[in-house]
Amino acid sequence: MSQEHIELFTKKAEAVSAIIKPIGSMDEAYAYAVDVCLNKDACQLLLSGCENAISDEASELCVAKAADKVIAAPKLADDQYAELAKAADKAGVKLIADGLRSHLAGIDIGFAVADLGLAETGSLVLDSSSEDLRLSTMVSEINVVVLPLSKLRATSYEAEAELLPMMQKSPNYLAFITGASRTADIERVLAIGVHGPLELHILLLEDA
Amino acid sequence: MQTAVKIEEYLQEVEESLGNEFQRKALDTFAVAYRTGRANAFAGMDVKGLVDEIAQAKDEGIRRMDELYAQFKQKAESMGVHVHLAKTAHEANEIIARIAKENDCKKVIKAKSMTAEETHLNQHLEGEGLKIVESDLGEWIIQMRGEGPSHMVMPAIHLSRYQVADLFAGVTKKEQDPDIQKLVKVARRELRKEYVEADMGISGSNFAVVETGTIGLVTNEGNARLATTLPRVHVALVGLEKLTPTLHDALRILRALPRNATGQQITSYVTWITGPNECTGAPDNKKVMHVVFMDNGRKALAQDKDFSQILRCIRCGACANVCPVYRLVGGHKYGHVYIGAIGLIMTYFFHGRDKAKFLVQNCVNCGACKEICAAGIDLPRLIKEIHARIQDEDGHPTQSKMMGMVLKNRTLFHTLLKNMRWAQKPFAERGGEYIRHLPTIFMKEKDQDFRKLPTIAKKAFRDEWKSIKPTVTNPKLRVALFSGCVQDFVYPEQMKAAVKVIASTGSVALDYPMKQSCCGLPVNMMGEKQAAKEVARQNVLALDPADYDYIMTMCASCASHLKHAYPKLLENETDLAPKVAQFADKVIDFSSLIHDVLQLSSMKFTRSGKRVGYHAPCHLCRGLEVREAPREAINMAHDYVPTSEEEVCCGFGGTYSMKFPAISKTLLAKKLANLEAGEITAVATDCPGCVMQIRGGMKAAGKEIEVKHVAELLAERLR
Repeated sequence: MSQEHIELFTKKAEAVSAIIKPIGSMDEAYAYAVDVCLNKDACQLLLSGCENAISDEASELCVAKAADKVIAAPKLADDQYAELAKAADKAGVKLIADGLRSHLAGIDIGFAVADLGLAETGSLVLDSSSEDLRLSTMVSEINVVVLPLSKLRATSYEAEAELLPMMQKSPNYLAFITGASRTADIERVLAIGVHGPLELHILLLEDA
Repeated sequence: MQTAVKIEEYLQEVEESLGNEFQRKALDTFAVAYRTGRANAFAGMDVKGLVDEIAQAKDEGIRRMDELYAQFKQKAESMGVHVHLAKTAHEANEIIARIAKENDCKKVIKAKSMTAEETHLNQHLEGEGLKIVESDLGEWIIQMRGEGPSHMVMPAIHLSRYQVADLFAGVTKKEQDPDIQKLVKVARRELRKEYVEADMGISGSNFAVVETGTIGLVTNEGNARLATTLPRVHVALVGLEKLTPTLHDALRILRALPRNATGQQITSYVTWITGPNECTGAPDNKKVMHVVFMDNGRKALAQDKDFSQILRCIRCGACANVCPVYRLVGGHKYGHVYIGAIGLIMTYFFHGRDKAKFLVQNCVNCGACKEICAAGIDLPRLIKEIHARIQDEDGHPTQSKMMGMVLKNRTLFHTLLKNMRWAQKPFAERGGEYIRHLPTIFMKEKDQDFRKLPTIAKKAFRDEWKSIKPTVTNPKLRVALFSGCVQDFVYPEQMKAAVKVIASTGSVALDYPMKQSCCGLPVNMMGEKQAAKEVARQNVLALDPADYDYIMTMCASCASHLKHAYPKLLENETDLAPKVAQFADKVIDFSSLIHDVLQLSSMKFTRSGKRVGYHAPCHLCRGLEVREAPREAINMAHDYVPTSEEEVCCGFGGTYSMKFPAISKTLLAKKLANLEAGEITAVATDCPGCVMQIRGGMKAAGKEIEVKHVAELLAERLR
């Protein structure tokens, strides 16, 4: 993948407040995820929004989240999961691969590997057919996604030949994710994290 | 939601909206920011090419609607999706209520869907005892207020943070800080529990991709992902026009939709759902998935030669973003459910004539929507067509019927115009240039006093032509002059100035065919299509295009009407077809003729050193896409000074300003303020209607800035 596309991807993703970091190996990605979790504000006790004046019913869900620091990494290859687990364990962070439905109040970090990247718009393509993956990329407060640079394509048109086979499998749930969850529905003021993650971190993995 | 039953009520509502300062300011800020945002988002892309491709592909899909539906159904059913086709909005609602009942669903979480707004789905399901919660933040807000969306993409743009805070205080039973970031977080927590409790998720769909049987959803908040993931049942309500043969078709629309809607390259989430996915909340770990396609008049529309193109709409809302009227009155007074230019038309087809009849009159015909449309829909023309259709169905108002009858007879019309000179005498100001007060039979005087209207000229241009026609011995070019009524009878000096400038080349044979009449735009605006057709025919016969290289008109509105509307109006007159095409082809405006064709140079003029601003007439900058020529022409003799929003309508719109004076007045006030801020001494423009409006406004406001046609400002500096 050309340097030009990497630069374009970075520029476009950063324009929608994604945090981009080049990495040389998956080990760096595991360390990064654990580090982000340890240093994240919300890893202290409260989930985003729970500090505000919310209804009693809504705050019941806030209570449901234990003081655990949780990283969810569904659908990770077994060897990758084992490595991530080691890193998490050492830092005292809980790692889960499934059962996300019992964490709907929220988790700290979602960790995933993207299937494709689209440089033109700074988008990640994730086959989210696994319900746990769908949920971990939505209910996590910070979404950390590894994009192997070999999977970076210039445009959605250029990725079409790879998107189609994914969509031809049934069932399939495919997602283009660009930046964090956002809204401008109140007075057109941009606000991040209305339903999904508050932050999207993209780790560009040199795998060529 | 527009519900007035009398035009007076609608006008009253419009005036109330004009008084809504928060909304006015919000829409103003957005209109200005949108322009830059959109331009940045499309930077480096061939936008016109993309729009053409989308239009073509959509037309193809619309033609194959039945076939595409059958293919999608087969594909999706083979994967275990239940596919339905609802003939009407009511039937769609019933099908969805039945699905809820059969699956024992009690609580519904909904992702934003304009199609569900079209069917008033929420009210129906609530009537069936279901609890519905909208999950898009804007939709949730307006749902709790019991309102409809005021914009297709930003449904709560009319509301302030304080109104939202009050609303949230009610929901949470806690006092709320009117801080937007905090309010959004409150919504995050309140809505999260709604997803958890819901057993049915309802979404719309931006695409139904036939080759894969996939539903495509475009959202920013991610609410559609949660709403289609957590509940055990998912129902997608989809208009038949959303069927696209291939993924490529969908990706193409996706290139335009977010960019045109909000100036985003792409939304945060684009979701593609193929078949019933894993759902651990469902009994056998599999989602129950239903796709309800809705006809509700779409199949009939697909067969309609003129109107099938409205099915191309990709619901980006851009036609509202750029509409000067929407910007003033807001969405609740500019659509029933669907908003903006496309909304005026869709209201007629999806919600009926009664809901549409006043709305379609409230179009100033500035063409901003047509220029911005991602699917190349000819919105202003279709709005006028609906207006005419409603008058044919409901009966024509006496005023417009009379106007139509008079215009069809040129001699009568011109005699009446000349007689007005005498009739208006008692009403004219001393000096005779402006009307002091209006004869009240025409309109309410106090509504019109925001600008001084001119009197009819002493001598019409047509009566002076013989004595001023230049003699040219060896002409290189033959040009016919088309004056239009205003320059013929009110501002003949503008025509004379143009003749002077053109004659200075010594190489152009000018002709003024006497049988020309009004271009017909005013009657077209009033919904008198038959009269418009007849006048068009008369003019094409009066100016035989074979005799001229160009047909020059200094009125941008006439020019655009002659060039673009005539071929459409006369499309069934086969005997005239070649002439009409030639005629349209030869129409040119003054600035393009002298700047691009005759290539006049600044050497011909003595510079004035005067700071001159420019107002770009809607029908010149968008209608004819002439942008550089007039500005460069001004600069040959004066110092052209750019001012803000030069291409935004001055609010004239011909008869529009008589019908909707409050809007016209407000648009004019903005125009004057922008021009004044440029610290100029004169304003140039290329349309006598704009001169009338802006000059009259300056005069009424006691401003010293002179307003002239480009031709006059050039003629006065000719060496």
